[in-house]
Amino acid sequence: MSIKKFAVAAYDDEAVLFPAVKKIRSSGYKIHDVYTPFAVHGLDEALGEKESDLHIAGFIYGITGTSTALGFMSWIFTTDWPQNFGGKPHFPLPAFIPITFELTVLFSAVGMVLTFCYLCQIMPGVKKHIFHPRQTDDKFVLVIEVNDSNAAETEAFLKATGAEETNIQIAESDWWYGRFDKKEDYEIQQQLA
Amino acid sequence: MLNQEFKVPAKLKTTSMVLLGIGVVTLIAGVATMLLGKEQLEQNRFWSVLLQNSIFFLLISLASVFILSATTLAQGAWIVSFRRIPEAIGSVVWVFATIAGIVLLTLVWTDNFHIYAWLQDGYNPHNSLNALKNFFLSKSFFTIWTVVVLVLWSWFGIKIRQLSVRQDSEAKGSTKTYWQNFNISAGFIFVFALSLASTIPWLWIMSLDSHWFSTMFSWYTFASSFVSGMSMIMLWILYTKRHGYLEIVSTEHVHDVGKFMFAFSIFWTYLWFSQFMLIWYANIPEETVYFQIRMHGPYRIFYWLNIILNFVCPILILMPRPNKRNYFVVTLVAIIILVGHWIDFYQMVMPATVQEHWKIGWFDLGIVCGFVGLVMYLVSNKLTKAPLVPQNNPLLKETIIHIA
Repeated sequence: MSIKKFAVAAYDDEAVLFPAVKKIRSSGYKIHDVYTPFAVHGLDEALGEKESDLHIAGFIYGITGTSTALGFMSWIFTTDWPQNFGGKPHFPLPAFIPITFELTVLFSAVGMVLTFCYLCQIMPGVKKHIFHPRQTDDKFVLVIEVNDSNAAETEAFLKATGAEETNIQIAESDWWYGRFDKKEDYEIQQQLA
Repeated sequence: MLNQEFKVPAKLKTTSMVLLGIGVVTLIAGVATMLLGKEQLEQNRFWSVLLQNSIFFLLISLASVFILSATTLAQGAWIVSFRRIPEAIGSVVWVFATIAGIVLLTLVWTDNFHIYAWLQDGYNPHNSLNALKNFFLSKSFFTIWTVVVLVLWSWFGIKIRQLSVRQDSEAKGSTKTYWQNFNISAGFIFVFALSLASTIPWLWIMSLDSHWFSTMFSWYTFASSFVSGMSMIMLWILYTKRHGYLEIVSTEHVHDVGKFMFAFSIFWTYLWFSQFMLIWYANIPEETVYFQIRMHGPYRIFYWLNIILNFVCPILILMPRPNKRNYFVVTLVAIIILVGHWIDFYQMVMPATVQEHWKIGWFDLGIVCGFVGLVMYLVSNKLTKAPLVPQNNPLLKETIIHIA
């Protein structure tokens, strides 16, 4: 939980955004984040983002599901409560496969959704500062973290990269739980005004 | 400037010629020693090997026509950058169709009941086949349907490429031929559904065990041929890229073909397992007899190789994203898949025809060499006939900027 100062630039078009991102990164600025109304292909590479490890997590969840299903069923049918179903052996592996498959899918799906929510810091009730009201509508919003000394300079630089609007905002950089108009946020806006 | 004109590398030409030569010599030696020999088993082996290989290579080249039709109908742009490769493979389907047609019709019209047992059963009034199956497995139906299907497949394969090449010389921005190709593709999907996806594998392969049947069988054969067809396309893409052609094909396109190999390996396993599990669970003798020889009999090794090569290897190797984008790894997996599905076809055919006396000897390998040489020779020759980039395709820009 920390209150920070940000230079915010809103672009109209991803065709302007891409050269801007390139220019900003080559000039040595560190981009805090970019908010876009839709998934822009190639933007993560342009931002220098590393490939997500989410799929590795997914594989581990899946393997957990596989071994849970297989282990549990074989323990039940061979050790805990052996029963004879239709003359099949006590360890009927082919009959276990569909359930193993389902549990693999269930574990990896649920696990990956939760991990995704954790990585993106989204959950019902979790709030993050919204830099521009139209960032989910038609604006491409680029945010750079600044301090008091370089704020004006950064804003001017962003303007020069082709941004439609630019401004300086003081905002909570992390997430919080509750409402958007929480006390701190309100006070920050007052300071800014 | 794009390198548009494919020239067959000298090494490819010699290799294909040598392989083709090996194939022809093997065939002649096979006729001399096996077909004209006295032993029934050797004659059966001769025909089974020809049957298995001609069907296998026909179906994997047909997969190219299928993927072209499916992506044309879906207006998928990703395939346009290397469209000419499946087109080249698809337009030589007629050669493999001719070979398979000769083998199949010879078997049926010489009443070779050692291969197709129903040829004898059909004459027996006390046989256990029901009336509809008697009609389906009759000489006349087999002949008519085989010929019709082979002609249609060949025609569609040639036509789809012809239209695509014609588009190159048309006015820029004209989409008339594009939509014509769209309609032709829809027609092919219809034919494909009625032939390969349903009746043809029953007729050609499943009828080898004429008293056994499985409704999953055609889908399972389709999945097998489709995933190997994609692997073959992958090998051609990487080969031509390596020799400096197909500059607009990027890692993104290779990644997409890799995804097809990965996904359809799982799809194949799903169908294979569905067929197996229902039979295993129901445990009815006339159905389990099929798996008796394959699972517990002398074909045990192929049964397990099938699972390892066609499921375990592709799923584990191709799962990480960087592996699908690594040319060496995908080449390796493509070869594994091709070998694996060749083995899959082997264990579909052999247990019914040569029973427990299987052996993979000089004849099998020679015939495979011949077919591989034929594919290399025909496809590389076709590739020289047209520019490697379909310039006037409306999706060309989209395919160049494509991101997987």
